[in-house]
Amino acid sequence: MLPRMSGTLWIGTRKGAFALRADAQRKAWKLTGPQFLGHIIHHIVMDPREPRTLLMAAKTGHLGPTVFRSTDRGRTWREAAQPPAFRKKDDGDGKALAVERVFWLTPGHSSERGTWYAGSSPAGLFRSEDGGERWEPVAGFNDHPLRSQWIPFGTPDGEFLHSIIVDPRDPQHLYVGISIGGVFESTDGGSSWAPLNRGCEADFLPSPDADFGHDPHTVVMSPAAPDRLYQQNHCGIYRMDRPEGTWVRIGRAMPKKIGDIGFPIVAHPRDADTAWVFPMDGTTVWPRTSIGGKPAVYVTRDGGRSWQRQDRGLPTSQAWFTVMRQAMCADTHERTGLYFGTTSGEVWASRNGGGSWTCIARHLPEIFSLTYAG
Amino acid sequence: MACTVRVASPLRSYTNGAATVAAVGVTLHEVLADLERRFPGMRFRMIDEQGRIRQHIRLFVNTQGAADLSAPVRDGDTVHLICALSGG
Repeated sequence: MLPRMSGTLWIGTRKGAFALRADAQRKAWKLTGPQFLGHIIHHIVMDPREPRTLLMAAKTGHLGPTVFRSTDRGRTWREAAQPPAFRKKDDGDGKALAVERVFWLTPGHSSERGTWYAGSSPAGLFRSEDGGERWEPVAGFNDHPLRSQWIPFGTPDGEFLHSIIVDPRDPQHLYVGISIGGVFESTDGGSSWAPLNRGCEADFLPSPDADFGHDPHTVVMSPAAPDRLYQQNHCGIYRMDRPEGTWVRIGRAMPKKIGDIGFPIVAHPRDADTAWVFPMDGTTVWPRTSIGGKPAVYVTRDGGRSWQRQDRGLPTSQAWFTVMRQAMCADTHERTGLYFGTTSGEVWASRNGGGSWTCIARHLPEIFSLTYAG
Repeated sequence: MACTVRVASPLRSYTNGAATVAAVGVTLHEVLADLERRFPGMRFRMIDEQGRIRQHIRLFVNTQGAADLSAPVRDGDTVHLICALSGG
């Protein structure tokens, strides 16, 4: 008889999908996989409305992007009949947008069963209303007349759309993040959009106070208080409390020798004042590794007024971790579990909100994403 | 026109593992449409939504590389669906 399990961590890597399944105490973890060995897996997300359902964003080095869907908790997968794709244009200039990667997946509102959103590179937003089988472009964003101004230039791998957030109180209220472009908000289900970057710095732009062109690495909404947003940006850590529309740089309270640069940020499932980040070196040529080779998570429990280091159990020297924006998550247990995966293929877990850490998997391929499925 | 299609290994999940399949069409566009009818999803992994051949895909008719999908296909030709050597 199988022991009672207490959750699954789905791991998207550069070379396939893996899963770590925990025992009831979250002490013993069983690694399974790979599935889709050799495929580039950007995101694997469970549908909280139908927990047996998962979607996976995938491509290979040769083949174009697609989405796979499982309705049996990841045992078997079937490809979407119509993957995310931009509207076909006949202008013939050769520059019409085509999806290179499906980068991000977000389940729709709890009242809209079967609805999902996907974000892509180049930056595009897509919606499915049949559980991820058929995807349509969200014209209000993809064809917005200001889109080319909002997204003036991309990263070397192309700009991309991520951090798709659906307000649990209102399915029409959406946020997205674009690297590079900024945070954008829609209050009409994606028909119209406006930048939401006031207060956020963009020190790499000619005008640091620009309305858009920012680089939000990750944006999250507090599950405990949907008016509270946290953002780990290329230029620091921010908080916004709606309906106010100004970002406050809460990363200023981080220790100066650590700074407030990183990729992921995770909000506590029940406490709006608690969030975690994984700081990385953003000095000189931007190594984007743990600072000084000493990895640490930092937590705030007061909405960003102060931060505490959490490194018990993590390597104390010569550990040059990079944690990608999708590769850190929390579970929903009463004693919150926190997890991160590294580009060097390790998964680290904490059963006490970051208080102490244990390595639960190593030698995996480069980890792109880590998501919790209860 | 009937032709033979040689399928690169990354695409064989669509052809039930077959390395060679038959198809019909007088252009690459038509051949790929025929393949898509029988092996749904296969075309989009090679051709993007704007009709362009993806960066790491190469299409040949016999020994002639095709720049786009208008390349003619004649009876008895062999169409090669090639995944360009790349990556690591």
